[in-house]
Amino acid sequence: MRPAEDTAVTAAEAAEAVKRPVWAHPAVLATGLVLALAVLALMAMASVALGARSVPFSTVIDAFVAPDGSNDHTVIRELRVPRTLLGLGVGATLGLAGALMQSLTRNPLADPGLLGINEGAALGVTLALGVFGLSDPVVYVWFAFGGAALASVMVYALASAGRSGSSPVRLTLAGVALGMVATAIASAILRMDTQTFDRMRFWLTGSLAGQTADTLVRLAPFMVAGLVLGLLLARPLNMLALGDDAGKALGVAVNRTRILTGVAVTLLCGAATAAAGPLWFVGLIVPHAVRAVVGPDQRWVLPYSAVAAPVLLLGADVVGRLIARPGEVQVGIVWAVIGAPIFIMLARRKRVAAL
Amino acid sequence: MIVRVGPYSVRLAPRALLVGLALVLVACAVTVAALSTGEFTVPVPDIVTALFGQGTPVAELIVSKLRAPRVVTGLLVGAAFGLSGAIFQSLTRNPLGSPDFIGFTAGASTGGIMAVVAGGSAATIAGGAMAGCVITAALVYGLAFRGGVQGYRLVLVGIGANALLLAVNSYLLTRANVNDAATAGAWLTGSLSGRGWDHAIPVALALAVLVPVCLRLARPMRMIEMGDDAAKAMGIRVEPVRAAAIAAGVLLSGVATAAAGPVVFVALAAPQLARRLTRSPGVTMGASALMGAVLLTGADLAAQRLLAPTQLPVGVLTAAVGGTYLALLLRKDRH
Repeated sequence: MRPAEDTAVTAAEAAEAVKRPVWAHPAVLATGLVLALAVLALMAMASVALGARSVPFSTVIDAFVAPDGSNDHTVIRELRVPRTLLGLGVGATLGLAGALMQSLTRNPLADPGLLGINEGAALGVTLALGVFGLSDPVVYVWFAFGGAALASVMVYALASAGRSGSSPVRLTLAGVALGMVATAIASAILRMDTQTFDRMRFWLTGSLAGQTADTLVRLAPFMVAGLVLGLLLARPLNMLALGDDAGKALGVAVNRTRILTGVAVTLLCGAATAAAGPLWFVGLIVPHAVRAVVGPDQRWVLPYSAVAAPVLLLGADVVGRLIARPGEVQVGIVWAVIGAPIFIMLARRKRVAAL
Repeated sequence: MIVRVGPYSVRLAPRALLVGLALVLVACAVTVAALSTGEFTVPVPDIVTALFGQGTPVAELIVSKLRAPRVVTGLLVGAAFGLSGAIFQSLTRNPLGSPDFIGFTAGASTGGIMAVVAGGSAATIAGGAMAGCVITAALVYGLAFRGGVQGYRLVLVGIGANALLLAVNSYLLTRANVNDAATAGAWLTGSLSGRGWDHAIPVALALAVLVPVCLRLARPMRMIEMGDDAAKAMGIRVEPVRAAAIAAGVLLSGVATAAAGPVVFVALAAPQLARRLTRSPGVTMGASALMGAVLLTGADLAAQRLLAPTQLPVGVLTAAVGGTYLALLLRKDRH
């Protein structure tokens, strides 16, 4: 027996195993991020140019260069541009929120919709609009934050209360259960108030349509704050991925990182839900796809998720506008149809792989 | 306790019998309350005369035309959901394996909405709901099957299927014309309002056929809960029993959804509550059915009276209460 040599071999093997793939070089990854931003810009242009109403491309350009107040120009400037910007904001926030949650809970199934956080925020918005009659987005977004924060604390407490601690499956089940309760209470409130119900019907399935540029401007600061805070947490989250003790040894303030991540998730989910309704699966799938490409380093996973999610969200929104002309399918529905099979695929894996 | 009469012997569990009796009494009390109270109060003695066609015309209209069908549909649908929940919880050995959580009822509603949009009659809607339920069950089981169905994989796959089907449902609703959307939307939340005898009769027929089947399956299923090998060693033909149980459970949840819409959590909570009350080691069929009936009619009564004059659909109330119960269940869960 030569224990020392054995250890040496395993260490070398371990080093081999974590060796970066060729493309995971910082320069390559940075170039990739720039490319992803370019794709995002293209997608945003597509979202402005394509829709239920066919507008020739030259008219689209004219709408910006020389607006003449014609119908086409109004549609583009007043409807499609705010909608596209909303898609950008909501996609980036939900993508980042999902990546943060998956990293913090070490749970591959974590998603703001699946874990009930978006539903909590939606209940908050429903309360603000339906019960208190507050229609200023800057006011009701705080109700969304309250709902999201309450939901995330409750889900986490419920899932980790049992004897075996928090597992991906328990967390998911607790989230789905809480989400159902929140949705039920919200629909009870809406039953009593048909006017609010009519206004919120489409919002409740998750939709990018129907928000004015004004709402967007008022919600944008919260989204930006959440994005900045979330991206700054990449380094401590990287260290926490090694476990709480190792994280502590590396000088991470464990509890502070947890709380700050919770604050970032609350800001991101609350603002996104206040703007576009409770969307499922956006925050689930994008970080998975991103990790498969860039590896486990949160300093790349987080920004890539924030860029890739709006590409897909805008894409789904454009698809929803084109497949049902002259009507349209809400983006929440398109996403569920794409996202649910991927979720099933993840759940079918032998082990619901740990992160 | 074992009772012997000549060559026959029956094993009786006194506690289960007492609980069963108590549940029947509660169900009767809820029924009487539902028949007599409301915007127009009918005194209890008048209910009896009205039901036998001897009361005042007003009391007769309210009791036998409006309130009685609703209560009876509630009792039957609740029993069917409770029974179906008991079957699937026993098969998956998991309280979350119930049909409302894993997409079966959502699949039934997809079928039902398609029938509504296609302009079907009540019978077509029921058929559509059945077909939707059966197809979803087959898909979920097929996708969760990977060298045997594991409880938690089935639940997760079911949650995914549920989300997908809910999206399809809301898509169908946006594509339907206004009247169809209103009809389907009211049915979708799970509601007992406006249910007539034509809703109650199919459920009654299904229960009349399937309750004896379920009671017959209860013993072999309890053996199967101990594992396929153990059950085989005791002479149980595992696969036929399991196939029959799945068929019965899917039919029950399909027919119940067709009548009342996807009322969530009754199928989840009823067997668990019954199991705790009877202190039995596993889920029991009879007590679960009775508990389901009590839960659904009780919830419907509360939904009508709590926020009066606003009438909540019963599905909203069961979701709020049942979700909280599920969360508590998770807190204590051994898993």
